[in-house]
Amino acid sequence: MIKEIIKFNHVNKKFGKNEVIKDLSFSINEGEFITVLGSSGSGKTTTLKMINGLEKPTSGQIIVNDCDLKEANLVTLRRHIGYVVQSIGLFPHMTISQNIGVTPKLLGWDQGKIDLKVKDLLELVGLDSKEYASRYPTQLSGGQQQRIGVARALATNPPLMLFDEPFSALDAITRQNLQREVKELHHKLSKKTFFFVTHDINEALYLGDRVMVMNHGQIEQFDTPNKVANQPATNYVKRLIGTVRENQALWEDIK
Amino acid sequence: MIQYWQENSGQMINLMIQHAQMVLGSLLIAIVIAFILIVVFLRRENWLNGLMYFFSLLYSVPSYAFFALLIPITGLGQISAIIVLAFYSEYVLLRSFITGIREVDPSYLEVAAGLGMTTKQIFVKVQLALALPTIFSGIQVALASTMAIATIASTISAGGLGDLLFEGLQTGRVVPILWGTILTVLLTLICIVILKLIENIFVVDVPKQ
Repeated sequence: MIKEIIKFNHVNKKFGKNEVIKDLSFSINEGEFITVLGSSGSGKTTTLKMINGLEKPTSGQIIVNDCDLKEANLVTLRRHIGYVVQSIGLFPHMTISQNIGVTPKLLGWDQGKIDLKVKDLLELVGLDSKEYASRYPTQLSGGQQQRIGVARALATNPPLMLFDEPFSALDAITRQNLQREVKELHHKLSKKTFFFVTHDINEALYLGDRVMVMNHGQIEQFDTPNKVANQPATNYVKRLIGTVRENQALWEDIK
Repeated sequence: MIQYWQENSGQMINLMIQHAQMVLGSLLIAIVIAFILIVVFLRRENWLNGLMYFFSLLYSVPSYAFFALLIPITGLGQISAIIVLAFYSEYVLLRSFITGIREVDPSYLEVAAGLGMTTKQIFVKVQLALALPTIFSGIQVALASTMAIATIASTISAGGLGDLLFEGLQTGRVVPILWGTILTVLLTLICIVILKLIENIFVVDVPKQ
């Protein structure tokens, strides 16, 4: 039986009078790699933040891992959901290993267990633990910092990982490397669900098992990359795909 | 100069110790109060702004008048002096504490919440930790200004290095005034060095790239 890990039931979200999410319903199965594609103001980041309770819905129901968020202890919930953000947000006053160990420490792991985990995770994201563990975030490049961001999110081995435009501030080459690595990571860590918000259409189509296209707080289409690209459900999706085709034409011209 | 030191060194060292007691005592009280105010009012912006306004008004009261006003309540002596000095440093401390905490990039706070920190943990491990350099520089400013103001406390018989200054004034001699000034500056420097050492324990020196 396939388990639903995230379920939104008629979720509405207003910031004051500004309605960001109108009426959002969807469900995501365990182990899926979901990408959410939308321009700024589409409500995609708000949707993500409602999953770990950083934003609360104005109305509607959200169920994460069989737990209704209205009744859940959000602090406990968040310790078991990985969270990676665009600003990276590594704490500048902590070393790399302290940064990765933040949540395990909150959960009261002993230091030996934390150290082992940090070593494993650094290797997993392709950084030498001897060289990097005791450094500070400012001593790392942007790409390395976001690798640490991913490692930190994985620290408690959460079943669900949230990515909020994690690579959009990185240069093209670093971004592509990291995209490849995240995709591999998802394969390697079977059963982990990735919820990945982006405004980059190539990134969304490349990474996602399913792509959720959002516009003005509503889902335009929620389907496999193949379907989104070849059978766009709405005008908005059509226009979005059109931009890629235009880019391709540009590349043909340059050839 | 030297002769004056030889004749009065014991007395002068006593005054220096008195001075240090007054300043450090008042500073310690002011720091504790600033922390309590911040913890209580952190989420009530208007209250904090109001408090800051209140202490800025007190700060503008001439210290001489402030000392005199307290005499009927707490009498002559060190206690009155410590209360007045604590009020003066409160403004500088509160201001730097608040600035330091407000300047912490809000994205860190959101990440901290996202990683599963409670409100209290976010305050201690992120807000306070990142505000520490600003807090310490505020303490240093408060320390230096209180050292100077504390000389006035001599007028309400609280002792301290002000005694040397007023002795010089009353007898028309420059030497005690010079010694009072030198020792005040010296004491300030010593305290600042100690403060820096304490800061080094608490604040990690993050290497720049």
